[in-house]
Amino acid sequence: MAEIKLMVDGLVKAFGPELPVLDGVSFAVAPGEFVSLVGPSGCGKSTLFNVIAGLEPPDGGRVLVEGDDATGRVDPFAYMPQQDLLFPWRTVIDNAALGLEVAGVRRREARERAAELFEPFGLAGFERAHPRELSGGMRQRAALLRTVVQDRPVLLLDEPFGALDSLTRTDMQTWLDEVRARYDWTVLMITHDVREAIYLSDRVVVLAPRPTSVHREIAVDLPRPRDLDMITSARFAELEAELLDALRRRGSNRVG
Amino acid sequence: MSKAVVVKLWPATLLVAAGLVLWQVLVTVSGVRPQVLPSPLRVVEQGWAFRAQIWTNTMPTLQVTAVGFAVSLVLGWTLAIAVDFSPWLRRALTPLFVASQALPIIVIAPLVIIWFGFGLLPKVLVIALVTFFPVAVGLIEGFAATDRQAINLLRSMGASRWKVFRYVRLPGAMPRFFTALRTGITYAVTGAIFAEYVGATAGLGIFMNQQKSSFRTDLVLAAVLVTVVLTVVLFTLTYLVERLTIPWSRHG
Ligand SMILES: Nc1ncnc2c1ncn2[C@@H]1O[C@H](COP(=O)(O)OP(=O)(O)O)[C@@H](O)[C@H]1O
Ligand SMILES: [Mg+2]
Repeated sequence: MAEIKLMVDGLVKAFGPELPVLDGVSFAVAPGEFVSLVGPSGCGKSTLFNVIAGLEPPDGGRVLVEGDDATGRVDPFAYMPQQDLLFPWRTVIDNAALGLEVAGVRRREARERAAELFEPFGLAGFERAHPRELSGGMRQRAALLRTVVQDRPVLLLDEPFGALDSLTRTDMQTWLDEVRARYDWTVLMITHDVREAIYLSDRVVVLAPRPTSVHREIAVDLPRPRDLDMITSARFAELEAELLDALRRRGSNRVG
Repeated sequence: MSKAVVVKLWPATLLVAAGLVLWQVLVTVSGVRPQVLPSPLRVVEQGWAFRAQIWTNTMPTLQVTAVGFAVSLVLGWTLAIAVDFSPWLRRALTPLFVASQALPIIVIAPLVIIWFGFGLLPKVLVIALVTFFPVAVGLIEGFAATDRQAINLLRSMGASRWKVFRYVRLPGAMPRFFTALRTGITYAVTGAIFAEYVGATAGLGIFMNQQKSSFRTDLVLAAVLVTVVLTVVLFTLTYLVERLTIPWSRHG
């Protein structure tokens, strides 16, 4: 691997002596790479994100961004939590601009910067709407917009499409693959959907059950840009089988 | 919307109307003396006849309620915010809040009058004492109920403790605050009446006390009716303010 954008180096985290969660998690992400994290439900994926994002201190290990120690720092990461968390007291544009406002950008400028992304995010015309007026897919896009507009080096997406029905989810996956290519984001995404992981990723990191560490890494060598036909290709089926096998071998077939 | 309001209100209206009719019939049939139990018609009739006197006594009550409740709101907000920012203050003040609610107000109110006289201050104190608790606790619980994930989201954006408060904890607590405000405002009117009842130069409370002493049960009940109307109006007003300040809230 030539360049490294994000380096996760031996992260250890426990919630008290009874609950070790991270047991030396290490992996690296290259600039512009899309990496998915899959693992059994409750293995510690969200905890790992919280530690990487600087929201929880690790008991051991480090997080490096572009070679610098970023352990405990929030500013290199834009974080999209599992729920969309759009606030009902803000319009869609003000929700989208929240990160910039918090960072001290003046409200007008924050809105202008967020507004530029409404078109590519399929939200044009909904700037002044309230979150409850949006469909599930639009809410997730608004939450993602709020994340990427902060212009941080690494995006951390925690099950961004977990709450969507399967049709909307497929739409969102194709859409995300397109915008990602356009903006050259570096993405780390948690998912419980094996197909989603393969379809979107350059690499899939499989985590072991709790206390977790990296069990396997599987490179996705499908050509880019991806399209929906690939899902029925032989290579896709192979990768899917390989991934499911890796998940099963760690004593749990529940993915989540 | 207004149709929905009518639909919602008519069971209560029907019940009240039925109760009044029953009361009127009972009084007429039994021939009970009006000093003991006046009929509803007599209450309205006499209340109307004494409207000037009732009105001059309503104004001071309204004033005391407003000032007392305002003091209570300022106090409630200040302490709730302080408690939200300081775990130490939370531990120090929470037992005191609960204790303030356990004070037997029937005993405390006369003492407050003895200490501070017949002016505005003792009444304001009594009202603040009875309404402060629901307001403060509503706010404290509202702040604390903020979703952990929402706080994490704000922190990931680099928000300070103050910004987390301002962008999430504060707006998120507003629906609960308005619920608490409604509880508080009903206590406020009752508190004002009670403080006046114990000792005042004017007001609905002292008016009721005087009329009771001269066996004008009908005028006591007329004043009660005014109190009820006053409370209902203030109560309704909180919905209006809620709708204006937090239009995004579900029932606002
Ligand atoms: N703040 C916390 N305090 C105590 N336990 C926690 C905390 N956060 C997560 N856990 C526990 O850590 C384990 C891993 O949780 P999580 O990281 O959410 O798993 P996943 O996202 O993989 O489903 C779970 O058993 C969960 O209950
Ligand atoms: Mg999770």
